[in-house]
Amino acid sequence: MLKSRYIIIIGCGRLGSYLANRLSRDGHSVVVIDQKETAFLNLTADFSGFRIQGNAVELAVLKEARIEDADCVLVTATDDNVNLMVGQMAKEVFNVPQVIARVYDLKRERAYQEFGIRTISPTELAAFAFLGAIVDTDNQGKR
Amino acid sequence: MKIIIVGSGKLVYYMARVFTSKGYVTTIINGDTEECTALSRQLKAVVVLGDGSDPTVLEEAGAREADALLAMTSHDQNNLVACQLARKIYDVPHVVAMVTDPDNVDVFRKLGVKSVFSPTHVITALIEQQTSFDDIINLAPVAEGRVTLSEVILREDSPAAGKYLHELGLPSGTLIGVILRNKHVIVPRGDCRLEPRDRLTLISVPANQGKALRVLLGKRV
Repeated sequence: MLKSRYIIIIGCGRLGSYLANRLSRDGHSVVVIDQKETAFLNLTADFSGFRIQGNAVELAVLKEARIEDADCVLVTATDDNVNLMVGQMAKEVFNVPQVIARVYDLKRERAYQEFGIRTISPTELAAFAFLGAIVDTDNQGKR
Repeated sequence: MKIIIVGSGKLVYYMARVFTSKGYVTTIINGDTEECTALSRQLKAVVVLGDGSDPTVLEEAGAREADALLAMTSHDQNNLVACQLARKIYDVPHVVAMVTDPDNVDVFRKLGVKSVFSPTHVITALIEQQTSFDDIINLAPVAEGRVTLSEVILREDSPAAGKYLHELGLPSGTLIGVILRNKHVIVPRGDCRLEPRDRLTLISVPANQGKALRVLLGKRV
């Protein structure tokens, strides 16, 4: 098994809760932060970590999660700007070694590639998947 | 001067009104259709409907030619992103951000947005200044705290009252910039004589501020 890491997940929606359940089941120590208490209903019995209700763009909330000790921060809130800000806070203010943020808007994502945080764009991933699927059916048609 | 303001509400409206009356070319970016319509009717400003942290909207608002961008939304994250994109993509020379969470002043500075203010701080400081009965009021740290500005009020028994500036022996790295006497502003020279009830603006390096205050007000400091 992988070495257990301290992972903070911002946002407990579909993506955040999926990651939280999965990483907790894999034996990592996980903290999830979400503004809405109801979001934590997405967590399953697999999840044995902690939950913090609060706004992650507040320094006080990140400190409460002991972000300075985190090995990894995954930023999956629904608002791109929240993710970009929290991602940068984790990286620049708290020196977290690994920070990955979800950013829907491709233009914004491009601009932030130079800011030192790793970004993942679901828009781009979905586009690749769609385009890949089209190419596959084209190839099948030719056969 | 060409200014872009990102934000909504009365504050943005009045600021835009001040800027346009000064002859600045003002553009407002606002996300609310109704508010945009109202603003464009009330102001001599260009109003752009959209998200001020979207690069396309910034470009449409003329970010390439802008001299300054003020990010004044009530969401700190939107202000951060608007400022960073304006600097990074469009090379806007001056970006200024407002933050609602006072903790974010330091955060923004660390993330490269150096001009940042928190209304909470500003208003608290103003209230303290206006209601303070102390002789010394710290106005503001300048140059990241390497210089301090303070206001000092002389009393009848202050050792500096009645003395000429050149005989005070103020320590190095300190300067009396302005004297406020009976609502008159005096920019003092060495031959200026201090009087009780003078309000002095003291500019000093933090290390010598205490010494200067003792020269002006005596041992009580």
